[in-house]
Amino acid sequence: MFAFVLRRIGQSAFVVLAMAALVFLSVYAIGNPIDILLAPDADQRERDEAIARLGLDKPVWVQFLTFLGNLAHGDLGKSFVFGSDAVSLILGRLPATLELAIVALVLATFIGIPLGMLAGLRSNTWVGRTVMTGSIIGFSLPNFWFGIMMILLFAVELQWLPSGGRGPTGKLFGLEFSLLNPAGWPNLVMPALTLAVYKVSLVTRLAYAGTREALLQEYVRFARAKGLSQTRIVGVHVLKNILIPIVTVLGLELGSMIAFAVVTETVFAWPGMGKLLIDSIARLDRPVIVAYLMIVVGLFTFINLLVDILYSTLDPRVRLADAGS
Amino acid sequence: MSATLEVAGLETHFVTRAGVVKAVDGVSFSVDRGQVLGLVGESGSGKTVTGLSIMGLVDAPGRIAGGSIKLAGKELVGLDERGWRTIRGRKIAMIFQDPMMTLNPVLRVDTQMIEAIQAHEDVANDVARARCRDALGRVGIPSPEERLSAYPHQFSGGMRQRVAIAIALLHNPDLIIADEPTTALDVTIQAQIIAQVQKLAAETGAAIVWVTHDLAVVSGLSDRLAVMYAGRIIEEGPTAEVLTRPGHPYTAGLLASLPINNPRGRPLNQIPGSTPSLLRLPPGCPFAPRCGACQDDCTVTRPPETRFGMDRRLRCFHPLEASA
Repeated sequence: MFAFVLRRIGQSAFVVLAMAALVFLSVYAIGNPIDILLAPDADQRERDEAIARLGLDKPVWVQFLTFLGNLAHGDLGKSFVFGSDAVSLILGRLPATLELAIVALVLATFIGIPLGMLAGLRSNTWVGRTVMTGSIIGFSLPNFWFGIMMILLFAVELQWLPSGGRGPTGKLFGLEFSLLNPAGWPNLVMPALTLAVYKVSLVTRLAYAGTREALLQEYVRFARAKGLSQTRIVGVHVLKNILIPIVTVLGLELGSMIAFAVVTETVFAWPGMGKLLIDSIARLDRPVIVAYLMIVVGLFTFINLLVDILYSTLDPRVRLADAGS
Repeated sequence: MSATLEVAGLETHFVTRAGVVKAVDGVSFSVDRGQVLGLVGESGSGKTVTGLSIMGLVDAPGRIAGGSIKLAGKELVGLDERGWRTIRGRKIAMIFQDPMMTLNPVLRVDTQMIEAIQAHEDVANDVARARCRDALGRVGIPSPEERLSAYPHQFSGGMRQRVAIAIALLHNPDLIIADEPTTALDVTIQAQIIAQVQKLAAETGAAIVWVTHDLAVVSGLSDRLAVMYAGRIIEEGPTAEVLTRPGHPYTAGLLASLPINNPRGRPLNQIPGSTPSLLRLPPGCPFAPRCGACQDDCTVTRPPETRFGMDRRLRCFHPLEASA
């Protein structure tokens, strides 16, 4: 198990390195930051000075190594707009996005898996068909439209929930979380639901397909031949088998929810990372964009690492195949 | 005293869009305590569905349409799911064909064994675990205590089948249905498994229905032999008699196609054609189109079941030889 984790970490480091090169090349090497940094009326001497100060006269590979060196220290430059450190700017917004994504993930798991299994067990009844049709709708609804419709219904018409913003938060380790303050929960409901709709449908369909496949397996028939109750067969034998693909997909989806909750955050004016990214792109705030990309890369790599480890606890064949090699 | 298992006029039908498939069409047999019945037939003859019907495990769209299954005198047909569950695993156990598929790949062997005990008895985990360990030891698995914590993929095919047998024997069932349990195994392992089941059945007095397509396997194992064709038993009797003096041309054909009964270097004898579709059975004897001894009356009406000799049953208008 230890060797397995160690090797996965090595692979993750390599992925981060490769992505750093890509991000560096695409953002730093293309276009000229001098044009943005200096006033348009600056003369040639001022330009040369700035180029030398920023190290832009050095060969690309030296610049890249400098970038990597700074990256290793967690230094990705200062925001042009806010003047503060880009990484801490983004990380300051991380809790808002993180809790949104986690609530959505929990919703997806605890709504999607039971619904999908129910549909899989009753695939030929109206229950199964309704669930599966519903999941297609959940799949195809555009995120922003669903969010706006929710605002119309629950905030404007019924006035049950606030239409946007983050509301009161509670503090943990100096970070602000809405989850810790019940007064902030109403603000969290609609954005989290909006973010979750697609994931719920996805998990439902995965659980449905997995259940239908598992039910045809000999081990289910053997379990019935042992005289086990339906609850035990579905809750243990089937569930544990279908969890493997679902965990993989949810892991990837958690990453994408954190990184790309942009639309939902924009619709609900949720002050998360996505909102910051959109604003930074609009203002050409390069350090923030680069820092954002690198953080997302790190996040994805980390989540995939977690999924792989979780995987090996779910599926003994993965663990042992690795231990043997 | 009634037999352990009495099946009478069993009919299991599958309702499909193309029509009703009578996979089991009026099958009757009985097995006594400690006896082994070999249920032989080609693929699609209905032998597996017969076994599943006795377990109440026929999946929709299939259902038991008629007949009776009595276990030690108790009628099983018509039981609800709860009633079946008290029978399955406790009174009747089943061993399946492919040991690679019957154990759940993501659950440890002890989990899968302990749950089988706790499905029927209210016992503590450690007591159940000790019983599982003993059961594994009984079927010849070395260091059972360690193996309990292993996953199925850490066992070879033969060992997995032993685990499945150990699970089947956990409650000392009255009846074991073995659905081709040795087909997927090596010949040497086959022999070991067969010997193991024989020995354990003799110890516990369980009756066994051994479903197979392999005459060689049942010849050394079963007390009686029932040959199935197109959902019916076409010949039934004591194994030695059926094998030495087959009454039905189909049984004779099966025997003739065994390699051991063929001279070396010549093409093997075979039965021409293949099993008929159960949706389009010919009006007469279902075997008539492939039968070498077919006569005019064979294609008109179905041959009824007749007594044949002392202790045999047959469905054929023109038996091969008068039994002594």
